[in-house]
Amino acid sequence: MIQSVLVMNTQGKPRLAKFYDFQPVEKQQELMRSVFSVLCSRAGSVSSFVDTESIFGPDTRLVYKHYATLYFVVIFDSSENELAMADLIQVFVETLDKCFKNVCELDVVFNYSKIHTVLDEIIFGGQVLETSSTEVMKAIEEISKLETASNAINLVPKSVSGWGTR
Amino acid sequence: MDTLFQRTLEDLIKGIRLQLIGESAFISKAMDDIRREIKSTDPHIKSTALQKLSYLSAIYGLDMSWASFHVVEVMSSYRFAHKKIGYHAASQSFHEGTSVLLLITNQLRKDLCSTNEFEVSLALECLSRIVTVDLARDLTPEVFTLLSSSKVFVRKKAIGVVLRVFEKYPDAVRMCFKRLVENLESSDPQIAIPVIGVFCEFSSKDPRSYLPLAPEFYKILLDSRNNWVIIKILKIFAKLAPLEPRLAKRIVEPICDHMRRTDAKSLVFECIRTVVTSLSDYESAVKLAVSKARELLVDPDPNLKYLGLQALSFIARKHLWAVLENKEVVIKYLSDADPNIQLESLRLVMAMVSENNVAEISRVLVNYALKADPEFCNEILNSILSTCYRNVYEIIVDFDWYVSLLGEMTRIPNCQRGEEIENQLIDIGMRVKDVRPELVRVGRSLLIDPALLGNPHLHRILCAVAWVSGEFVEFSTNPFELVDALLQPRTSLLPPSIRTVYIQSAFKVLIFCLHSHFLENETTASSYSDTVAWGTSELATEMEWPENPNLATCKAPAFDKQEEGTPRDTNGAPTDLSEFTLKKKNFTEESIVNLLNLIELVLGPLRADHDIEILERAHNILSFAELIKGEIHDDLVQKKEILGTKDVKVSHIIKLMHDAFSKELGPVSVNAQQRVPVPEGLMLSENLDDLKTICGDVQLPSANSFSLGGLHFGVNCDVSPAELLRKEESESSNESSSMLAEHRKRHGLYYLLSEKNEIVKNDYPLANDPELHKNLKDDAEDLVKLTEQSLVLKKRPSQVKPRPVVVKLDDGDVLPISSKRPEPRDDLLSDAVRDVLLGSDNKPSSSRNTPSDMKSGERKGKGKGKFNINHPSEVEENLGDAENPDQENPNTRRSQHRGHNKERRHKSPRNTGEENNQKGKKKGSHRHSRHKTRQRAESPLNVVSQSPVIPDFLL
Repeated sequence: MIQSVLVMNTQGKPRLAKFYDFQPVEKQQELMRSVFSVLCSRAGSVSSFVDTESIFGPDTRLVYKHYATLYFVVIFDSSENELAMADLIQVFVETLDKCFKNVCELDVVFNYSKIHTVLDEIIFGGQVLETSSTEVMKAIEEISKLETASNAINLVPKSVSGWGTR
Repeated sequence: MDTLFQRTLEDLIKGIRLQLIGESAFISKAMDDIRREIKSTDPHIKSTALQKLSYLSAIYGLDMSWASFHVVEVMSSYRFAHKKIGYHAASQSFHEGTSVLLLITNQLRKDLCSTNEFEVSLALECLSRIVTVDLARDLTPEVFTLLSSSKVFVRKKAIGVVLRVFEKYPDAVRMCFKRLVENLESSDPQIAIPVIGVFCEFSSKDPRSYLPLAPEFYKILLDSRNNWVIIKILKIFAKLAPLEPRLAKRIVEPICDHMRRTDAKSLVFECIRTVVTSLSDYESAVKLAVSKARELLVDPDPNLKYLGLQALSFIARKHLWAVLENKEVVIKYLSDADPNIQLESLRLVMAMVSENNVAEISRVLVNYALKADPEFCNEILNSILSTCYRNVYEIIVDFDWYVSLLGEMTRIPNCQRGEEIENQLIDIGMRVKDVRPELVRVGRSLLIDPALLGNPHLHRILCAVAWVSGEFVEFSTNPFELVDALLQPRTSLLPPSIRTVYIQSAFKVLIFCLHSHFLENETTASSYSDTVAWGTSELATEMEWPENPNLATCKAPAFDKQEEGTPRDTNGAPTDLSEFTLKKKNFTEESIVNLLNLIELVLGPLRADHDIEILERAHNILSFAELIKGEIHDDLVQKKEILGTKDVKVSHIIKLMHDAFSKELGPVSVNAQQRVPVPEGLMLSENLDDLKTICGDVQLPSANSFSLGGLHFGVNCDVSPAELLRKEESESSNESSSMLAEHRKRHGLYYLLSEKNEIVKNDYPLANDPELHKNLKDDAEDLVKLTEQSLVLKKRPSQVKPRPVVVKLDDGDVLPISSKRPEPRDDLLSDAVRDVLLGSDNKPSSSRNTPSDMKSGERKGKGKGKFNINHPSEVEENLGDAENPDQENPNTRRSQHRGHNKERRHKSPRNTGEENNQKGKKKGSHRHSRHKTRQRAESPLNVVSQSPVIPDFLL
């Protein structure tokens, strides 16, 4: 099972934090800090696996990938394959890339809820749900359409009623 | 028109990036806005505020539990965009303890039944994160319906949510399991990935229950072309194969096929892992796996290198040859740039260690440690230490070599493993008699090096060698040099606790020197003339003795110590040895007096030390030195005429002291305390809560004050704590005895009868029982013979020395293992699954959630578990039972005993249960919980044991 997915930049600022088992916010912050302190001490050309049993408890592994200014981190247990998790990060980043056309850190910063939506289509409750970025993209487009539609409906009657009362 | 003036999430993020007033100030202002906006009646404003709040909570760690009711409000909005924000916030912040969870059941139900698949998906996503027992129970029917939804988008998420629902509410299995299994047959990878994932989770917790599904899994293994699915299937089979040998036989070939055919490294790695963990009996498969692991190993990608090393370490447990084949690569990776790879290769190198190559490998590793960065250096040292210590130095034949290796480790600049080295030095000193001369030699070279005193990481080691030098001083070639080393000025850098050990060791060396001196005098009369000749000249130069006002009081402890010494047994061995070494040493009067002067000079200032322990010991040794010096002085003044009588007195004192110190200290069994029989008629109150009222504010002694055990017993002290105690006692005895009497009157229940106490005391077995010792020594000798034989066979000329005797105490080196019980909820789940899979699923829709049924289900689960599952935890339990308190020699009998026990358990669980209960009582209340579960195991004798049925068409 996947325990959490984190995205943080190379300064240690969190950009996305998803914990599939409930963690109090203080604990979340603490975990992210300790993950970052491990990651930032690692050189560029080394393996992407980190022993994190001291941070996340027994039977946990961490795999990360470093893209430009961002670390993508997945924490998981022995029911997942290490290399498959690295691939999953790849799927996630690919999908983001399709979403934003050459994704960069700013996209991740400003599209907080969209990133979550993408991630939710790939990982569901700690389980890998979808590994094809085209399928994910299909769903994402549908959801955004629905969102804008519902917001548009929202504005019209509101402004009308607003004018009416005035 | 408030919406126009509200900041959106994007505005907030921009604001945070551009703010000039400081991030936290800006955020707290934003929070004020949010608090206001979230109360708005406009759903748009409310939901935007909530969105901002959940952003701040996730990224900046702000609390959002206060807004949980607003979350519910936003969730229930009919607009999708708002609903999405609400669900997102809920899955982020709700948990078991959130009170508003009770309010959302209907909302969830409504959305789960929605015709809009994206709304359903929101609800499912949220449910998978926040599901509670109640939610799972109430929403099971909806999830059941969704499991066969025609929309793949919904169905895959419904499958995902089943995992959480079953975990919380096992009765849902009876309803949903069949549909879940039906999804296994789907060839659509969108369905296959989640459904296999769910089964993988289930079977990792309780594989046996899922054996009946093996045919379905097998089909997927053959047919699927999706690597994600195959990886998960392999994970499942890795759990199932050890349970069913026929299954293992079937899956070996397909797995090897996958391994040969695929290019995906992840799948290759998973195949290797499955083969080496679960199919390691199949020679050809293992060979293939090893060759594939080697491919990973030599790949330039560090990830694959790392995983290749990991794969090898899985293999190492059963097929060490695989590691030996790749020895060069593994050793090469010790100097890799990647710390992961270094660590993993270190682990592999340690796996290769055997008694034949331990010296060689340690040499290589110590050389690496010299070059490595501090962290890895200590990692190396640690693994050498722990590997060599394993099973009481099982692999060490040449202890002289090992002790000098320990000395060498100390001199590695980055060494920070002082504590472990300390423990081993002392432990070896006590266990292995033959190595003591070498130990003292190594200790000497460390002690006399003033540079080492400056490194705080080494202080513990110095403490150990100081103790060793004092305790085994009879092996020293030059005791005077030792005293010099122990009293060198830089010892002031040591922490007080270690300094006391130094002083105490100096004391022991002094006693030894004096004793040897007097022995010499007694045997060779000629030395007397020497003494006199020297005496007159020395007398002139000798200063006046510093007047010591405390002299009278100071003497008292010293005498105390002698009294303490008398009841101890005197052990012949050391004196013999000292006689042997005596020949080559010159304990002349001159050197003795020099020694005494040195001690007075160095320790004199410590009379004013702040640390009570140092003070105590310094006083002891100083007063003793003065006493002895006085006697010698007198002798000289009286020109040896009455020397006879005086000398007898002095030598008598010294003999007593020497005897006190020469009693051998041995290792103490960890279980020594358990062997103390519980006195008859002792009532152990089950509930000790009322003790609190009795003890009041009295601090209970901390645990480590009890565990004098093992190593530190010897280090800390020989006599003086007892002495201290006695002092204290006598001071406060009047006062405390009256208090005690009163306490006894009030709480008589908790006291042992006083006269009984006396009797029982004598029955306590000695911590290191000499009888036991003897038996074990015999054993050890047998062992030595065995190793000798094997050595002869191997014809290794380098090992001419036989392995010395290593004293082992029965179970003292094996800590009792406490076995873990699986969570009851898991049992419920697997029970339910078994019910469904074994075809009894027609009965229990009536059993939904009545507590008595739940209980009976649990009971049944336990019972069955006991019958047909040879759970690993049970074996451990047996191990625990075998450590019977009254056993005389468990070392030899343990294995028999264990087998025996297991057998009986199979025949008649009831008997074993009872027996265990009795044992449980004996062992006291901490085993209470286990005892309870056993009782439960007794009850279901009438349940017919059902072993899972695997259709034979597959196997």
